[in-house]
Amino acid sequence: MLIRRPSDILPSEITPREVYFNRRQWMAGAAGLALAAALPRGLEAAPLQAAKSPFSTDEKLTSREDVTSYNNFYEFGTGKDDPAAKAKSLKTSPWTVKVDGMVGKPAEFALEDIIKSSALEERIYRMRCVEGWSMVIPWVGFPLADLIKRVEPLGSAKYVAFETAYRPEEMPGMDTVFPVLEWPYVEGLRLDEAMNPLTLLAVGLYGETLPNQNGAPIRLVVPWKYGFKGIKSITRISFVDKQPATSWNKQAPGEYGFYANVNPGVDHPRWSQATERRIGEGGLFVKRRPTLMFNGYAEQVASLYTGMDLRKLY
Amino acid sequence: MAGRASATGAPKGVTLPQVPKILVYIVGFIPAVWLFYAGITDQLGADPMRYLEQALGLWALRFLIATLAVTPLRQLLSINLLRYRRAIGLLAFYYAALHLITYLVLDQGLDMAAIVADIIKRPYITIGMATFVILVPLAITSNNAAIRRMGGQAWAKLHKLVFVAAIGAVLHFILVVKSWPPEPLVYAAIVAVLLGYRLVRSLVKKPSPRRRPA
Repeated sequence: MLIRRPSDILPSEITPREVYFNRRQWMAGAAGLALAAALPRGLEAAPLQAAKSPFSTDEKLTSREDVTSYNNFYEFGTGKDDPAAKAKSLKTSPWTVKVDGMVGKPAEFALEDIIKSSALEERIYRMRCVEGWSMVIPWVGFPLADLIKRVEPLGSAKYVAFETAYRPEEMPGMDTVFPVLEWPYVEGLRLDEAMNPLTLLAVGLYGETLPNQNGAPIRLVVPWKYGFKGIKSITRISFVDKQPATSWNKQAPGEYGFYANVNPGVDHPRWSQATERRIGEGGLFVKRRPTLMFNGYAEQVASLYTGMDLRKLY
Repeated sequence: MAGRASATGAPKGVTLPQVPKILVYIVGFIPAVWLFYAGITDQLGADPMRYLEQALGLWALRFLIATLAVTPLRQLLSINLLRYRRAIGLLAFYYAALHLITYLVLDQGLDMAAIVADIIKRPYITIGMATFVILVPLAITSNNAAIRRMGGQAWAKLHKLVFVAAIGAVLHFILVVKSWPPEPLVYAAIVAVLLGYRLVRSLVKKPSPRRRPA
């Protein structure tokens, strides 16, 4: 992924200065990546080269510490600190993503191949959790559309279904008396939502490969939808003709819809969605800020939903 | 706060060394002091306000459960903590009040429109608020003067409301979370056992009143 022909290199892709001045550290990191590839699991974060994106927000980033310690990843427990504490047991290397269903070229991609053949970008997105808090996260990834074009979906394909790894032995939160969700975690998008340039397959954050608690090694990021749509640790992507089942919708259909677009006008039945708390802003004395329609991405995505009653199709 | 009336029950069974009641308050307030200190010094994680709010609510529930445990401990294990029950019950009230203040001031920023809408529209807030309202008269009458003024029987009857408060508190907890995580269910089970014990005992006791009133 790091080796490119000169003509491929955009000015914005040139090694950032802080990396350049820390090349000793950077080389140690690259060596770590090579080493990690040789080991059965890749626990160490490795640096990723990524171009800047016009889709990035210039809002203040949520600290790396907060982004990587405050997570919802129920396969590792329902506590916000459970994923950071327990997700180390997930083996993310080797990793393959199976792409099947209504496609001309079904495939089983090795993660390295996906990353190598993609032009990685840094996308700084707002992330709004359905629970009423938000972050600003510098993801590293590539548009899902790039992968979709590669597998050539058939005309009959109308939706894309995603599946998280099902590994109870590596995911301690799955092994509970009352399962909090039906496993594996599944999510889905309409094909046009999946093709939207904002929709990202992320493989890193803060310039490095994804920490396990954030959905390593590859996850979905759909910034205009509530965070739970961003399925983590993806092992399968299927193209289907009917709206696929989604985990939270199965758990509580009256509370979590298939679309799950961020919408301050449509409350969760048990709490308001009109405002949110930005993590890291103000500490104990955090001020709520108004939640924006489509999480502030209306310009790019509102047209996907013209004519739809978003009150019913929440 | 509830159960048999006057706190003059002669200590029977296990005699525990008596400690001053003020010590119960001092120890009981340690979590609150620690939480506020940790919150102000940024030690409560990424979402300190939410952590503080939830932790205070959880302590309120724990102290409420502790008051409900006093009677079964005495009847089943002859451990008499009756002397401290008022302090424990008042701690539950103080923590519930701190939990509510955190919600009103830090969470909602005293946005009265949002708060009123929450109370009306959100069942878990409605129940939480109702639970607090129930605790208020119990806290106000948690003193000897009130027992004298009301008479033991009326006082005991009023304080049976603590059972309703306990049910309200666990419902409030279960309704705020997504899905069915274990923690609120464990607390609900404990409350169910403590209330179920009283129900069973009242049914069993009636036909054969073998025991003298304590």
